Amino acid sequence: MSIIVNNIQKGFNGTEILKGISFEFEPGKTNLIIGQSGSGKSVLTKCIVGLYEVDKGEVIYGGENFSAMNKAERKHIRTQIGMLFQGSALFDSYSVEQNVMFPLIMFSDMSKEEMIDRVNFCLKRVQLENKNHLFPSEISGGMQKRVAIARAIALNPKYLFCDEPNSGLDPKTSIVIDNLIHDLTKEYNMTTVVITHDMNSVMEIGENIMYIHKGENWWTGDKHSIVTTENKEIGDFVYASEFMKQLRGKLS
Amino acid sequence: MIAAAFKKPEKWRVLGKNFIHEVHSIGISSLSIVALLSLFMGAVMVIQTASNIDSVLIPAYTVGFATRQSMILEFSSTMICLILAGKVGSNIASEIGTMRLTEQIDALEVMGVNSINHLVLPKILASLFIFPFIVLISMGLGLIGGGLIGTQAGIITLEKYIMGLQYYFDPFSITYSLFKTLFFAFFIATIPSYFGYYVNPSGGALEVGRSGTKSVVASSMVILLINLIITYFLLL
Repeated sequence: MSIIVNNIQKGFNGTEILKGISFEFEPGKTNLIIGQSGSGKSVLTKCIVGLYEVDKGEVIYGGENFSAMNKAERKHIRTQIGMLFQGSALFDSYSVEQNVMFPLIMFSDMSKEEMIDRVNFCLKRVQLENKNHLFPSEISGGMQKRVAIARAIALNPKYLFCDEPNSGLDPKTSIVIDNLIHDLTKEYNMTTVVITHDMNSVMEIGENIMYIHKGENWWTGDKHSIVTTENKEIGDFVYASEFMKQLRGKLS
Repeated sequence: MIAAAFKKPEKWRVLGKNFIHEVHSIGISSLSIVALLSLFMGAVMVIQTASNIDSVLIPAYTVGFATRQSMILEFSSTMICLILAGKVGSNIASEIGTMRLTEQIDALEVMGVNSINHLVLPKILASLFIFPFIVLISMGLGLIGGGLIGTQAGIITLEKYIMGLQYYFDPFSITYSLFKTLFFAFFIATIPSYFGYYVNPSGGALEVGRSGTKSVVASSMVILLINLIITYFLLL
């Protein structure tokens, strides 16, 4: 099921951050929100998941107007959302197993055995078998991201949000995380939204991309069209490094 | 925030589990410091009372009487709660503030969990439950500490000290003390929770530290004010 944002506007203390963004995040695809730091990517994502209320516009999940719902009405949509935060946001005092089990305890009627089976399945899916009893402080940043992904998919969500999933990770681990997100999207036919400014991620998993510039939807396309676009801002973003500039010269 | 905290919990079993965790975190882990402070406060009370009584007209058991009255009416409730406002309050504010900073509260909200209810209600219930026991323990240990120093330092005989403890004892003084403890417990749990929950995440660790300090100052002020109001209406 798709997520549609219509004319989203959001400001803080009189400063307009999002200036009427509209876009459709397609189901079964890794939808990317890209843009420079401070362009409004994270604010847009927080508006979509309901952490911020929009000033104007609407967010529609599978035909249901999320923006018009009250907190209680939103609950059934929220249980269909999984989210991977930039810093993983794992609960420090919980073990890996307890972290992944948390949404199951809160929102499912599973027995303890069923929950443990589901946790083990999710951890196996992110290649973290036998790490159940470790605590977030005892595992690496990449492993923390994978635990957060396991927690996000524990309830079989329809929508997956990933806020800068590669921040703080080395390039090799970043690709592992990107591919994991991409594979899970296909496997569960989720509507996945990834917020990133990492060009490696864009080229690896970018199927439906929105480029935000100063709070506006500046460009949309996919990973193939982004390298050939004539748009100057996109060009500056994609070919920011000297290496990419040289590569562009050779390609052209 | 209070209204959100007292909404029906998502799962009662989770609330129960969190409640037990908080009883340990807030109460049981504070017992050693409370015990030490109470023993010393009782001991100091005995020494100070004895050193200020220089009239032969004042009976010796007055030392026990004054220690009992001070410990039960004021020290074991107000003083201990002020100290716990520092220990427990800063802990609550920094714990919740760090959760805000590291997006753990956002994670709860995105999942559809009422984060205030999930994080704050167990702390309020645990404080209301465990603080009266802590205060009762403090009263007992304070009187024991006074007795120990009084008899070992030759200030007062055990018989006279016990006579002083029993002299004109009004059980209402314990009720009064426990009654105000419930108010202190509520504010010790809620004020730091508020400062922690609404910490400005862009301020980083510095802001979490500030929220801890603010919460301790605010809860201490509220405790003193509540103490004055309750004392005025119940004892005058």
